[in-house]
Amino acid sequence: MKSIKSYHLLVGVLLIAALFLTGCEGAGHKFVKKTEFKDSDKIVLTFAGPVDEVWATNVANFSCYEKPDPDIVLTIKEAVLSPEKTKLTLIFEAPLNTGEAHILSTTNIMSEGQDMGAALLTVKKLYFGVLMTIFLGAALIKNFVFTKYLGLCVFFGCSQKRSTAIGMGMVFTIVIAFAATMAWALYQFVLKPYQLTFLNIVVFIGLVSLSVQGVDTILRKINPALFKAFGVYLVLVIANCIAIAVPLILADNEYTGWESFSLALGAGIGFLIALFLMACVREKLELAKVPPSFQGLPIAFVTAGLFALAFLGFSGLSIY
Amino acid sequence: MAIKEKTNKQLFVDGILKENPIFKLALSMCPAVGISTSVMNGILLGTAVLFVQVCSSCTISLVRNYIHPKIRIPTYTLTIATWVTVIDLVLAAYVPVAYKAMGLFVRLIVAFAIITMRLEMFACKNPLPKSFWDGFGMGLGFMFAMMTLGFVRELLGSGMIMGYDVLGFKPLLYFVLPCAGFVTVGLMMGFFNWIEVVYERRKKG
Repeated sequence: MKSIKSYHLLVGVLLIAALFLTGCEGAGHKFVKKTEFKDSDKIVLTFAGPVDEVWATNVANFSCYEKPDPDIVLTIKEAVLSPEKTKLTLIFEAPLNTGEAHILSTTNIMSEGQDMGAALLTVKKLYFGVLMTIFLGAALIKNFVFTKYLGLCVFFGCSQKRSTAIGMGMVFTIVIAFAATMAWALYQFVLKPYQLTFLNIVVFIGLVSLSVQGVDTILRKINPALFKAFGVYLVLVIANCIAIAVPLILADNEYTGWESFSLALGAGIGFLIALFLMACVREKLELAKVPPSFQGLPIAFVTAGLFALAFLGFSGLSIY
Repeated sequence: MAIKEKTNKQLFVDGILKENPIFKLALSMCPAVGISTSVMNGILLGTAVLFVQVCSSCTISLVRNYIHPKIRIPTYTLTIATWVTVIDLVLAAYVPVAYKAMGLFVRLIVAFAIITMRLEMFACKNPLPKSFWDGFGMGLGFMFAMMTLGFVRELLGSGMIMGYDVLGFKPLLYFVLPCAGFVTVGLMMGFFNWIEVVYERRKKG
């Protein structure tokens, strides 16, 4: 039970840190204090002092585009100034792609009759926010087990007891983080430059097996006690299709190094959560009276179906 | 291994019925849950698996005397990965729409336990013709199970089979939702177990 509590603590600390650290940065002009995205179709500008209402609410004074395509100008539907005249909300016609940096240019900013000069502002999410989005996406919103249906063999095999579930989840997270980072490096620096991407599958499956062997050797030498407890799960990692799916996904989406790492970490933690939840239910099921034809796997599948239905509730969740 | 001498026909039939990969052995469940929403998906993925299983079985069976026992598992994995790459590129080139619908699952055939298991238990000990029939039976068994699941889900979910409207109404939309895969597989496994239980009871009494 002790290990369960420390795991809860870890997740809690991670989430709180994420809440504090994320947010948005921006600016590029001395009079503009902060620029940030709000909802999916708004940009909020915070000024150092009050600005003229006539200037601020005229939509023609602003123009905005996504950094990669400067020729597509996004239409601003409305500009709303807050009562204290320091916060301006620009409402766009279409939802913004908040993953990309946006460039917002204004005409000369008028503040209490003074001309503060024109501004060219960059609006973007903090990189940490992008990483957290990927992490949460992999762990909850698109949980690999309950919404992508991967890794089921190991999922049903290792979810009979809570201790097994935690051990398997931990080992899997370590191995997948290790393997995904290596897969990213190999893909970006070897496979792509030499146009060998058609070898993805062969290379990645080899890499996963190698990582398992590597973690096995390192763990055996560094911490024999831990190896004794968790070593048995290492072999099972290769049989888990999430281990091969993560490198393929990060290659398909051209993720950067840190993005790959957070995807892998999310996949691992998501798998751990799924295993743990399932193990809790299955321990209770042992005591329940299940019809003979449903004993064992069939009832486990039906339970997993209910979990999958519950995990649908996470779809559309966006914090950052 | 105490595999008794079976004829080719027996091997073939066993793969489909007695040792059906999904319903009996409960291996490679991921696609069975993930993309069994229609009969067509089942046929396509089933064909891919059949191809990979037969080709890998034949390859391993041909070179079985040259593989060092210590490195046999990596050899299997790489053989499978090679054939998966082949079918992946072929499907992406000739049926791009269906390939997209199946998503990652074609490439994930590489991690299917059923294929590695057949190589380890059968193909590395038996000559080419036997391995071929074993692989063919297993592949067809997988395809049959996927089609059965697809049939049930498509019929109950959207009232259609292979895209043709047969019922004229939609009995239970829940079954085509992605999350119903678990429940359908669970119910069908329970159903097959129930048939077995009833059969045993009849035989006794």
